[in-house]
Parts: sequence; C-alpha cells; structure tokens
Amino acid sequence: MITDAAPIVTARIGSPQSWTLRSYLEQGGYDGLRKALTMDPSEVSEEVLTANLLGRGGAGFEAGKKWGMLRKAEPVYLVINGDESEPCTFKDHMLMEEDPHQIIEGTLICAYAIGASQAFIYVRGEFALGLERMTAALNEAYAFGAVGRNILGSGFSIDVVVHPGAGAYICGEETALIESLEGKRGYPRDKPPWFPAAMGLYKAPTIVNNVETMSNLPWIVTNGGAAFAGLGVGRSAGTRLFSVAGHVKRPANYEVEMAKVTFRDLMYDPKLGGGIREDRQLKAFVPGGVSAPWFGPDHLDMGLDQDAVGKAGSMLGSGSVVAMDETTCMVRAAWRITRFFHRESCGQCTPCREGGGWLDKIMRRIELGQGRESDLDLLLDVCDNIAPGLGWPPQKTTICVLGPSIPSSIVSGIKMFRDEFLVHIKEGACPFGR
Amino acid sequence: MARLTAENLQRARQLIGLYPQSRSALIPMLHIAQEQDGWLTADGMAHVAELLDIDPAEVYGTASFYDMFFTHPVGRYLVSVCTNLACLINGADELLQHAEARLGVAPGGTTSDGEFTLEEVECIAFCGAAPCLAVNWRFFGNIGNDDFDRLVEDLVAGRLADDVPPHGTLNRVRRRVGLTAAGGPAPPAAHEDDATPEQARPS
Repeated sequence: MITDAAPIVTARIGSPQSWTLRSYLEQGGYDGLRKALTMDPSEVSEEVLTANLLGRGGAGFEAGKKWGMLRKAEPVYLVINGDESEPCTFKDHMLMEEDPHQIIEGTLICAYAIGASQAFIYVRGEFALGLERMTAALNEAYAFGAVGRNILGSGFSIDVVVHPGAGAYICGEETALIESLEGKRGYPRDKPPWFPAAMGLYKAPTIVNNVETMSNLPWIVTNGGAAFAGLGVGRSAGTRLFSVAGHVKRPANYEVEMAKVTFRDLMYDPKLGGGIREDRQLKAFVPGGVSAPWFGPDHLDMGLDQDAVGKAGSMLGSGSVVAMDETTCMVRAAWRITRFFHRESCGQCTPCREGGGWLDKIMRRIELGQGRESDLDLLLDVCDNIAPGLGWPPQKTTICVLGPSIPSSIVSGIKMFRDEFLVHIKEGACPFGR
Repeated sequence: MARLTAENLQRARQLIGLYPQSRSALIPMLHIAQEQDGWLTADGMAHVAELLDIDPAEVYGTASFYDMFFTHPVGRYLVSVCTNLACLINGADELLQHAEARLGVAPGGTTSDGEFTLEEVECIAFCGAAPCLAVNWRFFGNIGNDDFDRLVEDLVAGRLADDVPPHGTLNRVRRRVGLTAAGGPAPPAAHEDDATPEQARPS
C-alpha cells in the first residue's frame, strides 16, 4: 500500500520555478544548513547515523558510517556523484534539474560535518540542463552567502565546484569518478588500497556521496535523524526515489516509503505506475537497475527493502524498476543489456573486457536466429568465469563491479525463460518477429 | 582548426584556478574547445595541453575515453537516439531505423550538408518519456516517427535555435564566482545577470 509519508526529496518539485533560490527560500530552503551550522560537526554526523540513511547511488552503504571511516588527515574532499548512468535510472537527473539548491544545501551540510576543504559536484556530461541549473543555483547560493566565505555568518567557509563529466558509464563508480575528476580516463582503482575515505581525490581522504543522498540531508537536520529512521522499516529507513519505467502506464519518478511499499504498488497503484499498458500481463521486471538480476511476478509483493531484496537474489541498486510485459522478447532485452556492459567496459580487466564481448556476440547470434543449442551452456560458462559461482552478490574477478554485473540479465534470462532462448535457436528466428 | 580564442583562453584559465590540481580542469577545458569548434581539433587539444603543461598525448588519451568528445568533425546537430532497455521495449529500434531513413545516414554518419550526425547511444536517463533522444544533449521524449520528422524540420528551419545551441555548447551558464582553491572564494565579479534557463523541452 502507499503510505501517507510526505515526500522528502521531491517535496518542492512541481512548484513554479522550483530550481530558483527564490522558490527554494519560500519553502524553507537553507534552514537545514542554518541549523547544522549551530551544531557541532560531530552532532550533524550523529543525526545522519541515527537516520539510517543508506546511500542512494547503488551500493546502499550507510552514509553516516562512510563519513566515520575518513582517514584523519588534511585536506578532506567531498565529491558528489551526479553521474547517473545506470540504465533506466532517471531520478538524479530530475533532482539536479528541478531542485539543485537542495543538493547544494545537502552538500554544504555534509562538508561541514566531515570538515571538507572543498566540494565537487560531478554532473553527468550529457545533462546539459542539469549542468545549467546546478551552475545557476551555485551562483545564486554564493550571492546569498550560503556558499563561499563565512557561510551565513557562521565562520565556516567552503568552495563548491560544479564539474561536468563527458560520457562514460563507468565514471559512476566512485574511484573511476575520482580519476575522471583528476582529468584522466575513467579507470576504476583497486580497493584496497584506494578506498576513497582513506585515499581518494589527489590521494587525500575523500567522501563520495550520491546526489539523492545529499538531497535528504536538509530534511534530516531540520527534522532530526530519528524522524527519518521512523519511516520505512529497520535499515531501510526513510523514503526513497524510484524510477519506474518500461511498460507501465505512468512511467515516472516516485518517492515512496521504503520497505512498506511493494514492487506491486510501484508498478500497479493508480497514483504510481498505474498498471501495465493495455492491461497486459507482466512477464518480468528489473528491480534495481540493469545490473540487478530480474524478478518475476512472484516477487511483486516484496517490499522495497534493501536487505530483503538482497536475500532474494537481487538488489534495489540504483532505484530503477523496469516492467516488461508479455510482448517483450527476453533474449533481445538481455542482449541489449549485455551489449551495454560490453560497450561501457573500461577495458582494464580481461574477464570484463573479453568476456563481455563474447557474451554480446553469443547473445546477438541467438537473437538473430543463428544460435546453437550449446550456446546456453557456453553463455553460463563465460558468465561463471566473470563471476565465479554465479551467486548473489556476485564474486569479483575484476577491479570494479561492472564485470560481475554482466551475467545478471543473461543468467536471469536463461533461468526464467530457457524455453524462449531455445525457441530462438530451434526455429532459427526470434519468435517475436524481430 | 583552432587554438582557443582570447575569450576562451580566459575561461580556461579561470577553470584551472578552480581546482587544487590543474589537470582536473582538463575535461571542462575540452568542453570549451569542443564548444568553440564543434569538435576537438588537434590544435585545440595541443593548446589545452600547453595550458596544463602536459603532453598532447595525455590530452588525447583522456579525450578518447569519453563518448561525448569527437576528434573528427560532426554535424551542427548531434542526434543521439537511445536504444537501451526502457527505450528498446518502447520502440527505440524502430525509431532509430526511421531516423536513419529520414536523415539518410547510418549511426555514426553525418549528412552531406554537415547539419546532422546520427548516433545510437546508451541510456540518457530520460526513461519516463521513452523512446527518447537528445539533440546536442537537449532531451526530447515520447518520440514517434512523425515527431522525429517534425523535430528535424524545426531544427532545419531554426525554430529551436534558443533551445538547442550548436553541437559542443553544453553549459551556457557561466560561473560567476571564481578562484578559490588556494585562498577561499573571491567576491562575485560584476557580471550581467544570467537568466536561469528555462527547460529546453518543447512539448
């Protein structure tokens, strides 16, 4: 069921010129920062720990805990990850365009809590309007005195830089993002030793947090961490923004209370996804970005609970839910996802660089009617070489998790729709007429 | 085939000043070079290398990693059709086929008049309006074949000039406050007021 929890990060979206300082201030903007600046930085961190705020980028790590892992050294940098690129995720895109001041306020609260000397907001390069709105908002925030020297008369000073990316999925991975911010190719770094909190930007201790994570901070400081933790269930606290796409009638971003709201609600509730288009049957859905293994209709009543979804063999990941109805060719869907990973592999690690290419080619020939019966075993064998055991969470053979994400759609596809793969092979054509 | 103009040189130097280490300005500077020429010329990249005191090969090495940078000429309008999952299952392959037929070029190709380059891209995070595309990274959603044709006509006729600047122009809002890495923020410079951009999304 949809709960009556009021929206947190989307509260202002839809109001006239929601991206301007005037609109933001009219609706309580920068009050959270003002309050934070009267607190001790450690008290701010404590509130975020109490809130149980899980990172909203994809990995779902506790934000407050992450801050506590900073190596004690100066300077400390804060990097905000706005490089949203996980296919079918479009929530940060909206937040940057529609409520950039909320992100800036959250960034300043975080910077104050962790004692950062400078903050960088890395915006995906393709988001032209997002870059313009973030830059305009930053200009306004400086003029207002919320960024820069002696912020709001508190004595706290920090500079914020809006930094454009240039098109590379991998730069959403935090260490690749740091490389990119250093002006290099977006190659992920090995962890250890390159945990950003120990050794990040310019080898300094660095916190990398997602745009939506930051957007929650003004509310948490204003209302208290306990109020946030009171929403949702247990570790899956607060509300969360989900991108609902695919074959639903009303594809859009929806902010709902975690754990209490289910996948069925997201896709079928008349106020949310509104059901499957033309009232067709749901065949399967992606529960958390295309890196996540698929779920079938039997998982519809599962709550949007990070740990429960993890135990069921997938993840909430980036918060994107894609409905695929009965007309969907699952081979083509899995191939398209595989091709994506192959194209976006940075090329450092052999299992991902080569394995991804092999999988792309095998999936392609099956979809085009040139597959062989032995291809299903071959696919699984290659997948097993990238993520040994094919369990969840996947085992890594590579520097980052891009490689081990490649098997998700293929393994799901073969497990759930083996017959459909076989029909492609036996009939020498896609039964959906592609 | 150009080194940076005096104005862009100044913008580049301001960018360098924003970062604790100058090389961090590389990607933003390449966006300026691409804005100036529509693509990254060898001279433009060499000039960027000079300003950062690094080898031109380092600049090329970074530029070549990123999909948005072109080291060959592209059209005035870069039409990027998404064919990833949410768009795929809402007709993106058919849209791409139509785009190829309408423009007369395959993905990667540029029309003979140099106006349009067509490309197939991965998800551009506009899935609420699938199938979607971007023109010079301004987004257009729920695009059927007729919508595509109308969009091309509007672009050719210059009716979208305010919404869709020429390829390479990404962020039209300039940062008004500068240079802080070393000594804290400078006071805002006198500057004509940037209008906050309206959403560049014709319905």
